Amino acid sequence: MALAKRIIPCLDVENGRVVKGVQFVDIRDAGDPVEVAKRYDEQGADEITFLDITASHEDRDTTVHTVERMASEVFIPLTVGGGIRKIEDIRTMLNAGADKVAINTAAVFTPEFVAEAAARFGSQCIVVAIDAKMVSQPGEPGRWEIFTHGGRKPTGLDAVEWAAKMEELGAGEILLTSMDQDGVKSGYDLGVTRAISDRVGVPVIASGGVGNLDHLVDGIIQGGADAVLAASIFHFGEYSVPQAKAYMAAAGIEMRL
Amino acid sequence: MKTIAVIDYGMGNLHSASKALEHVSEADTRVVVTGDAKTILAADRVLFPGVGAIRDCMAEIRRLGVDEIVREAIRSKPVLAICVGMQALFESSEENDGVDCIDLLPGEVKFFGRDLREENGERLKVPHMGWNQVEQVSDHPICDGIANNARFYFVHSYYVQAKNRQQVVGRCHYGTDFDVMIADGHLFATQFHPEKSAETGLKLLHNFVNWKP
Repeated sequence: MALAKRIIPCLDVENGRVVKGVQFVDIRDAGDPVEVAKRYDEQGADEITFLDITASHEDRDTTVHTVERMASEVFIPLTVGGGIRKIEDIRTMLNAGADKVAINTAAVFTPEFVAEAAARFGSQCIVVAIDAKMVSQPGEPGRWEIFTHGGRKPTGLDAVEWAAKMEELGAGEILLTSMDQDGVKSGYDLGVTRAISDRVGVPVIASGGVGNLDHLVDGIIQGGADAVLAASIFHFGEYSVPQAKAYMAAAGIEMRL
Repeated sequence: MKTIAVIDYGMGNLHSASKALEHVSEADTRVVVTGDAKTILAADRVLFPGVGAIRDCMAEIRRLGVDEIVREAIRSKPVLAICVGMQALFESSEENDGVDCIDLLPGEVKFFGRDLREENGERLKVPHMGWNQVEQVSDHPICDGIANNARFYFVHSYYVQAKNRQQVVGRCHYGTDFDVMIADGHLFATQFHPEKSAETGLKLLHNFVNWKP
């Protein structure tokens, strides 16, 4: 009997539609996030992450409505991230049916926000998203820095120290995205994943850079992650969730099959 | 028309629990989210949820008289308690430096600890978050059609140790063995979240809405 490692498909949602669209086996999805999430649920995904990349404030209502619809039809845990800056934003998303919220930039600029959010809603629903980039030179010991604004702005904050601080303030989980690897499809940055996973006592989700099923296995075994997040390999039908789970289980990883 | 009341005492997200109940109920069943004692006691079934820190939960439970409502409800109708809702039914919890709970069931709520390890030495993260297996140690109609050792979704840092072993229906293991399904008369309680446990969880909720204790 053991806790399973988790596979988390991630949907980037803008104005109520999944951006880039999703290609399931034989079905080109129109991009309705609820339909997409339902299909991942049916495939055995362990959770869903919904990343709201809507730029304007007015369109936030669409996001809330989409989360409501998703929570009415998808009965696995749902994390909502993107634009979570105030206590009110968290309340709105939890009331809409999200189980957890991911706080990103707001944590960097006002770390007390994480403490306040955890005290108010409980650590179990507060995920801190960390975007890290390697800043050490080849040959030096690994050093990673937090970046904001989609990886454009350095903050001077050490990613491993920052993760430990977030745990101390009440984060219940760390969503770690490697900005070097994101979209490159050459695998997670295992160095920073391992460094943070060893440092903190809360679960770590590896994100950014998955191109094949070995990358998922490496994220767990070498990176020490508790969950692996991926978008494009599932969206475009390269691999299905059951296929990924069977592959990981064959590599000796505990999975929910 | 049948009614299922989801007790609202201001703690956490009740949307997913009520939506999941609607999903498994017949069309003639209404699911209401309410803190009103009369509505809860008039309902056919009651769901007692809970998330977050136990001290805040217990403070609201006492302030709104939810402890008395639950006490009353379990005399005559099926009640399902989930997560912190289940923990609140025991004598006390180690959380928040020790909190007295409703004391309907004998036993305590304990902390997993900061340095939790599996027998083989592997370090375990706390909260216990994700899908773990539930061993059914006794038969119960709520578990009909659910395989032994099926996986459910958990998220918690504190666990229940029941004193009355007759009341334990399901157990789980994470560094230590603990009790995750409890039954006593009209009451059934789970540490995991059936409303977040996909088909298996929906099956358990379906069994609850059809349960005739």
